[in-house]
Amino acid sequence: MSVAERTASIVNVHGIDIDVEIRGSGAPILLIPSEEGLEAQLPVIDELAKTHKVVIAFPPGFGRSERPDWMSNPDDLAYVMLDLASQLGLEKPALVGFSFSGWVAAEMAVKNAGAFSKLVLVGAVGVKIGGPYDVDIQDVWLQHPAKVAAFKWADPEKANRDYSGCSDEELSIVARNVESFARFGWEPYMHNPKLKHRLHRVSIPTHLIWGDKDGVVTKDYGRAFAGLIPGASFETVANAGHYPQLEQPEAFAKALTKFLR
Amino acid sequence: MQAWHFTEMPYPDLPPLDTLSTMRVSIPSKLYDPKIGAELYNRYLDEHMLADELGLNMLLNEHHQTATCINTCAPLSAAILARQTSKGRICILGNPVANRADPIRIAEEMAMIDCISRGRLDVGFVRGVPYEIFAANTNPTQTVERLWEGIDLVSKAWTTTDGPFNFEGKFTHKRAINLWPRPYQTPHPAIWITGSSDIENIKRAASRGFVFATFLQPHEKVKWMFDGYRSAYRDTGLPGGGGTAYMPLVYTADSDEEAEKGARELTWYLDAKSEPQYRNPPGYVPVEYNVQALKGTFTGRTDAMRKQSIEYLRDQGVIIYGKPDDVAKQIKRLYGLVGGFDHLLMMGQAGHLNHEMTKRSMTLFAKEVYPQVKDLARTRPLEAQAAE
Repeated sequence: MSVAERTASIVNVHGIDIDVEIRGSGAPILLIPSEEGLEAQLPVIDELAKTHKVVIAFPPGFGRSERPDWMSNPDDLAYVMLDLASQLGLEKPALVGFSFSGWVAAEMAVKNAGAFSKLVLVGAVGVKIGGPYDVDIQDVWLQHPAKVAAFKWADPEKANRDYSGCSDEELSIVARNVESFARFGWEPYMHNPKLKHRLHRVSIPTHLIWGDKDGVVTKDYGRAFAGLIPGASFETVANAGHYPQLEQPEAFAKALTKFLR
Repeated sequence: MQAWHFTEMPYPDLPPLDTLSTMRVSIPSKLYDPKIGAELYNRYLDEHMLADELGLNMLLNEHHQTATCINTCAPLSAAILARQTSKGRICILGNPVANRADPIRIAEEMAMIDCISRGRLDVGFVRGVPYEIFAANTNPTQTVERLWEGIDLVSKAWTTTDGPFNFEGKFTHKRAINLWPRPYQTPHPAIWITGSSDIENIKRAASRGFVFATFLQPHEKVKWMFDGYRSAYRDTGLPGGGGTAYMPLVYTADSDEEAEKGARELTWYLDAKSEPQYRNPPGYVPVEYNVQALKGTFTGRTDAMRKQSIEYLRDQGVIIYGKPDDVAKQIKRLYGLVGGFDHLLMMGQAGHLNHEMTKRSMTLFAKEVYPQVKDLARTRPLEAQAAE
């Protein structure tokens, strides 16, 4: 397998440093890693980089991206990421987001769908489907870690990440990702009450990919989310929880490449 | 030295602890019997009234959704005591200003209680312990900022006496703040603040002339914090008031056996059970601490004290117990080890410690211990101490 050219750098977007890695060349894809921050390691990225320019960009507060103190929700992140796409001169990239970054991607698409060719949301949060007493999105902070692991993973053992070989700098990124996730998703919990009233603006082909065992946001939530976006399609990945891209990378790769082709 | 009576007002009549996963946040209220609760509230208030009669001050705090503390609205208890007592000072330690929606409401409550008590109120502010985040649903990544914005706004509201002012801050927006009534004390009641590891917070408290209080820590750590306070006090100059406060568990008895029995009842507080996610909400502590947590080397303060022997805790000054002269000796030893302090905050009731035992300890302390420690000198700046 030929290794695509990789460029990792910090890009300053109107005064905010953003962590960006670019691989390959061709039709662009803007991929925003989840709060777990592990998507850059997926084999599918090198596969896509053979024929695409894959831009992996961390939103403010994640990876090595700066988090200005005035930012309080994904709406703020979406504007920065739109500015980044424009600054990098990406010509209508496909936009891909996962879980929390799926929410950021959805916020970007409602603001300027015309800037993108396609939208992919994987296990995305961001909308409130039910009423005030309904738990649409499981609380990952309030419940016992063992329960949370079972919500997040088809195989809860996956929750036990081994940090023993990590440097302090790597651990700082892990810890800050957790902190930023809470900063932006605490209240309203993991959603923007206005987003569902804006999703009709997403006028580009949109595909939602969901773990069939996702316990954080269930398949029903995913289908309802898809129903808010005109013409959006929905598919599930078997034996996967909230992060199908990490838990079933091959099946996920197939689903993603098929839609992006 | 000023002595204060304190209880968290626990509700200890719970099923066996091994059948519960937590005493906090998610413990179902069907385990609370309102009739028992009514007795407890009245009993704890009676004990504060006894403290007042005995010449002790009264310290209150609040927590939420927990069997360890049913004083959920400390201003209500303070208001009751403002009316029902006549001598002692009353301090709420503290108002959870980072977890309450409206700091101005706190300013009003405190001003009213200060007036009813004819100026006997001290006003503490706290950031709130980690598990409080969940009951309040406060963003855990911003509580320090909220705490300080709130304190500054309350102080400004108390001291602005010439009509409305505008405030458009990060967490509070109001365009016509005009406090009626203003506090009985001028310019305002003494302000207290709590802390543990954040030395910048401690120095900030010192530079504003706030009393700094800390609880149940090993004496070396207490000294480190009090030295930090005293050094800032020297560097920045103390604008007035101020001081240091420490809370141990305290039990005074007629015999060593009774003292140990009472002390063991008090350690119920240290063993309070909780689920792990309530101890470190995301972003509550800085990234550096969470890096340590990922390495397994940061466990938090209460875990460090949990499961220690009562003798170890006594040696550390976390718990003080014995016959009156022994208690006085332990207080003086602690006073020396930490470089002196101004307020002894005595958790004199916790868990199942009953009314009779609580009263006996309070009475013995007031009559036989307090006279021996009352005249210990106030906290002074580090340099002044060195000069003497």
